[in-house]
Amino acid sequence: SAKCASTAGGHSIGKILIANRGEIACRVMRTARKMGVKSVAVYSEADRNSMHVAMADEAHCIGPAPSQQSYLAVEKIIQVAKTSAAQAIHPGYGFLSENTEFAELCKQEGIIFIGPPSSAIRDMGIKSTSKAIMSAAGVPVVEGYHGEDQSDQHLKEHAMRIGYPVMIKAVRGGGGKGMRIAHSEKEFLDQLESARREAKKSFNDDAMLIEKFVDHPRHVEVQVFGDQHGNVVYLFERDCSVQRRHQKIIEEAPGPGINPEVRKRLGEAAVKAAKAVNYVGAGTVEFIMDSQHNFYFMEMNTRLQVEHPVTEMITGTDLVEWQLRVAAGEKIPLTQEEILLRGHAFEARIYAEDPTNNFLPGAGPLVHLSTPTPDRDTRIETGVRQGDEVSVHYDPMIAKLVVWAEDREAALRKLRYSLLQYNIVGLSTNIDFLLSLSGHPQFEAGNVHTDFIPQYHDDLFPARKATPLEVVCQAALGLILKEKMVSDAFRDQSSDKFSPFASSTGRRINILYTRKLSLLDGENIVDVAVTYNRGGSYSMQIQDKMFLVSGEIFNEGDSIYLSSSVNGTVCKSKLVILDNTIHLFSPEGSAQIGLPVPKYLSAVSSAGTQGGAVAPMTGTVEKVFVKAGDKVEVGDPLMVMIAMKMEHTIRAPKAGVIKKVNFQEGAQANRHAPLVEFVDEVAESKCFIERIVELVSSAHPALAANYTD
Amino acid sequence: FLLRSGAARPARACYGEAAAVGSRPDAGSPVYQENYERMKALVTQLQEQAEKIRLGGGEKARKLHTSRGKLLPRERIDRLIDPGSPFLEFSQFAGYQLYGNEEVPAGGIITGIGRVSGVECLIVANDATVKGGTYYPITVKKHLRAQEIAMQNHLPCIYLVDSGGANLPRQAEVFPDRDHFGRIFYNQAIMSSQGIPQIAVVMGSCTAGGAYVPAMADESIIVGKQGTIFLGGPPLVKAATGEEVSAEDLGGADLHCRHSGVTDHYALDDSHALHLARKTVKSLNLQKKVDVSIEPSEEPLFPADEIYGIVGDQLKRNFDVKEVIARIVDGSKFDEFKALYGDTLITGFARIFGYLVGIIGNNGVLFSESAKKGTHFIQLCCQRNIPIVFLQNITGFMVGREYEAGGIAKDGAKMVTAVACASVPKITVIIGGSYGAGNYGMCGRAYSPRFLYMWPNARISVMGGEQAATVLATIAKDQKAREGKQLSKADEEALKEPIIRRFEEEGNPYYSSARLWDDGIIDPADTRLVLGLSLSAALNAPTKKTEFGVFRM
Repeated sequence: SAKCASTAGGHSIGKILIANRGEIACRVMRTARKMGVKSVAVYSEADRNSMHVAMADEAHCIGPAPSQQSYLAVEKIIQVAKTSAAQAIHPGYGFLSENTEFAELCKQEGIIFIGPPSSAIRDMGIKSTSKAIMSAAGVPVVEGYHGEDQSDQHLKEHAMRIGYPVMIKAVRGGGGKGMRIAHSEKEFLDQLESARREAKKSFNDDAMLIEKFVDHPRHVEVQVFGDQHGNVVYLFERDCSVQRRHQKIIEEAPGPGINPEVRKRLGEAAVKAAKAVNYVGAGTVEFIMDSQHNFYFMEMNTRLQVEHPVTEMITGTDLVEWQLRVAAGEKIPLTQEEILLRGHAFEARIYAEDPTNNFLPGAGPLVHLSTPTPDRDTRIETGVRQGDEVSVHYDPMIAKLVVWAEDREAALRKLRYSLLQYNIVGLSTNIDFLLSLSGHPQFEAGNVHTDFIPQYHDDLFPARKATPLEVVCQAALGLILKEKMVSDAFRDQSSDKFSPFASSTGRRINILYTRKLSLLDGENIVDVAVTYNRGGSYSMQIQDKMFLVSGEIFNEGDSIYLSSSVNGTVCKSKLVILDNTIHLFSPEGSAQIGLPVPKYLSAVSSAGTQGGAVAPMTGTVEKVFVKAGDKVEVGDPLMVMIAMKMEHTIRAPKAGVIKKVNFQEGAQANRHAPLVEFVDEVAESKCFIERIVELVSSAHPALAANYTD
Repeated sequence: FLLRSGAARPARACYGEAAAVGSRPDAGSPVYQENYERMKALVTQLQEQAEKIRLGGGEKARKLHTSRGKLLPRERIDRLIDPGSPFLEFSQFAGYQLYGNEEVPAGGIITGIGRVSGVECLIVANDATVKGGTYYPITVKKHLRAQEIAMQNHLPCIYLVDSGGANLPRQAEVFPDRDHFGRIFYNQAIMSSQGIPQIAVVMGSCTAGGAYVPAMADESIIVGKQGTIFLGGPPLVKAATGEEVSAEDLGGADLHCRHSGVTDHYALDDSHALHLARKTVKSLNLQKKVDVSIEPSEEPLFPADEIYGIVGDQLKRNFDVKEVIARIVDGSKFDEFKALYGDTLITGFARIFGYLVGIIGNNGVLFSESAKKGTHFIQLCCQRNIPIVFLQNITGFMVGREYEAGGIAKDGAKMVTAVACASVPKITVIIGGSYGAGNYGMCGRAYSPRFLYMWPNARISVMGGEQAATVLATIAKDQKAREGKQLSKADEEALKEPIIRRFEEEGNPYYSSARLWDDGIIDPADTRLVLGLSLSAALNAPTKKTEFGVFRM
């Protein structure tokens, strides 16, 4: 029923500015387009070629890459809204979405801020204030004591007021140190003493705070929606318990194991909370829930949340459409009774990060990106395409994969199936982690809570197993066939197209050609002896095992697929060969097999790859310690770079004299960019780019060097 | 409305006009089956022997070689050529049972043609696991033959050197004569002068005369701490001047890359050296210009291994060479020339891997008509610049009063003249017998075909063993008769038997190949591939106009 922008409330919205980037900007534009509303994008210089710019009806550059100078630059954004005659601004999430001043400024400038009134943002932005308001409105809150008076008696009285069990926590605590649980009044003093002793030892400070103890806490939040006519509805709860580094990674709706009665109470509490602050637009009320399904108000997010799609999927709504309608003064399209819960939805957040390295965020190019095919029940919310870069400047989220099915079990099955088809090469992602997480029996059982990842750490991060030899054979076959594809392409552009010398049959006279391939499975070298049989199949020997292998590769869409038969077992997998690594993606999972770099190439390029005077990742040069003419020894610090919020000290890979410093403080250096040059470097080896080209081409010589460079 | 029938029929297609030859064999017949089994056995034997030769020297020698971080010679070739591309190896059986108890697998040197960075190159690789890579007489002959192939076909030469030089005990057979060791360097100079690139990769010793291989090369690469080049090795230096010096200091990579300038590129190891060789080929600025028309290649209509059942191993059994052609050429399409005239010689045009070729094959003894037809066909090919493939299975020219009177000698001479003078690429495959003057007319080794291969069932000799024995027995009988004596049946048999045995032994393809009378024994089922590779290589040479000598009319 989304005919066009509404004028019901006297406003008319025909054009909106989206003060955001990435997937949410694209998401908002999609609904705007559906409603016939024009969209205006703003972008930083780093996002010039990004998807949200391409999708918008018009786009304006608002400054350099750092958010402070672009996506947070309030004045610039207002200016663009004015010059482009946008009637409203959609802030998305993050950036300016919960910025009171911005909301105020919009109002002053006569631009509709698509969100709650600034007063609601303000009230909910301060934790103590929001808790007091909620408490007053009769919404259950987590009680606690954070006071100065540390006397035993005083603390005990507060424990009594809060109600047992309570948590006694060192104010300066961390990592569980100086933390005790008191289940009853009887054990309170003992636990307090114990906590104090430990805190004193650990932090030399024994100040304590008391909080209601919530066992196996779950993070349950309720989507609410208010309009300018005083109506507020709830759209049921989402469970976002499974988190890492306090960030959600898998969300679902409805919450598993929550019965209709609790659901109703949750919803009504949330509506009460929203009404308490005269809430308008989309908002989320977060609760902490214990194992008995008691819940307590935590905070309210006054914006459209990242995970809103799971709610949309189970309610059949378009919350962005609702936002636009409500902002235009319309009433909420549905009454509470008309909002029905149907099926189950999951959202998995795909991040550029390294789960095995404490989820360290990453950045870089999406050299290969292929996704499951979106359909009515499978949504891919993303702001990047193959070839785009995950920028160091912003959130490293690549996409949200949202699936819906009739029930939780079916939805979960679908989530895993779709994750297997989400294939990314070029940077580390959490896809494999999401797969082991969503496949964990306790997750399947719905036993989720906020300590899920630490509790099941060993299951979720199994020790790396050796790749099955059959898969190694597939990788070897993929390499040989890809090499053949390159050779054939070369042959087809020559004038001597049919010469058998141009074939890749490996034919020899009277004997068979056995090719020794060395592949890398993790750190281990796997030697594969590939014999080219006369009929076109291959016999592969690994250690004392023999495999008869055949197959072909073919293009399908943007991807190359490998269809292989190993000892009669046929398998189809996606094949990507990049940066000395063969990536195979199959319904059984993904595998990476490396190609060792020949000694003569690694020796020449070791200065480049072994943390030498090249940028380890894209980042900003923070400090430069050397200048041209300086003499350095091996290991001397040359520069400090900041990349992904981490400091990297760049050290001299060898002794020598600095010829040139390629980057000044504050400059941005791309991954693998040479940071300094040594005086004798040029004489000894080629320029860096040449080396990299050589490295890439010769490591799998088949793929490039032979004909093209 | 209705179209009249035929109105919508498309115009007759103008492609696929060449007639396909060949027929489905009666695979169930006892003759076919016996032929198949016996030829198959010969092929199996060939492959088994080749697999043994492939290993090179003994296990001890190979272990020693690889323990030094060196690649085996065939691995070197595998890494030098474009990955996964074929390698046309020559004369695997060189030196086979040639030196009594001394085994010299592949003659201690591996030669062949492979594509390096997209360029067809002739590769010569010493096998240091065979007698330290020293040059036996057959080694020299094989090296020179490889250079001859390079010269005739304009193929850049890459020498993977790892050799102790001339085999001293046999110096008299390798040093002094025209076609001995010195000819290697002569050829390098001549080829370089003709613009045929000479590249040397020093991967081991390069002593004395051997030092000239890299020194005479246009561009040379040496492996550090492994390759050495010197005119006199440390023992000789000590003997001559008393100077004590290590091999590395005397002629290692550092010396030659930094001081002497004998080598141009310093490699860290074998793989690096081969990588550098590939880069060198990239900078040769060579582009193959094929002067023969090319059409998309098609597989023959019939399986290649049916040749086994058609041909068999008994030369007395006749077969139709067109059935062989049908299993070699593109789409089994063969445009026969003069089909109704001199039909013991089959001539016609076909394509092999898309390349247009003229094919001459035998279907029996050569008569005057056949010889004249062959001459005419060779003239056509030379006029049109079409390579010729000879499928040789010939007992000889017809003998007898009638034929001598008819001028069989003069007609045979016409064909021999044409074959000798034809400067289009000629490639010969001996698929059966190769006897007497038939060998000449069908482009035997003496007629400088670019390549000559033998099937394992083939036999080559001046005449058949049986005939030779009969001729000799007749002479002996006549002599006895003049003395008034008689040759007993048993004596005749005793006389004939060793001759037949000797002819059989010396006419055997292994005997031939061991002496480099051919470029290798091949599996009949590989004939198409080997011809395709050979043609592809041959088409690197610029075309040369043929000038025929006097044809005796």
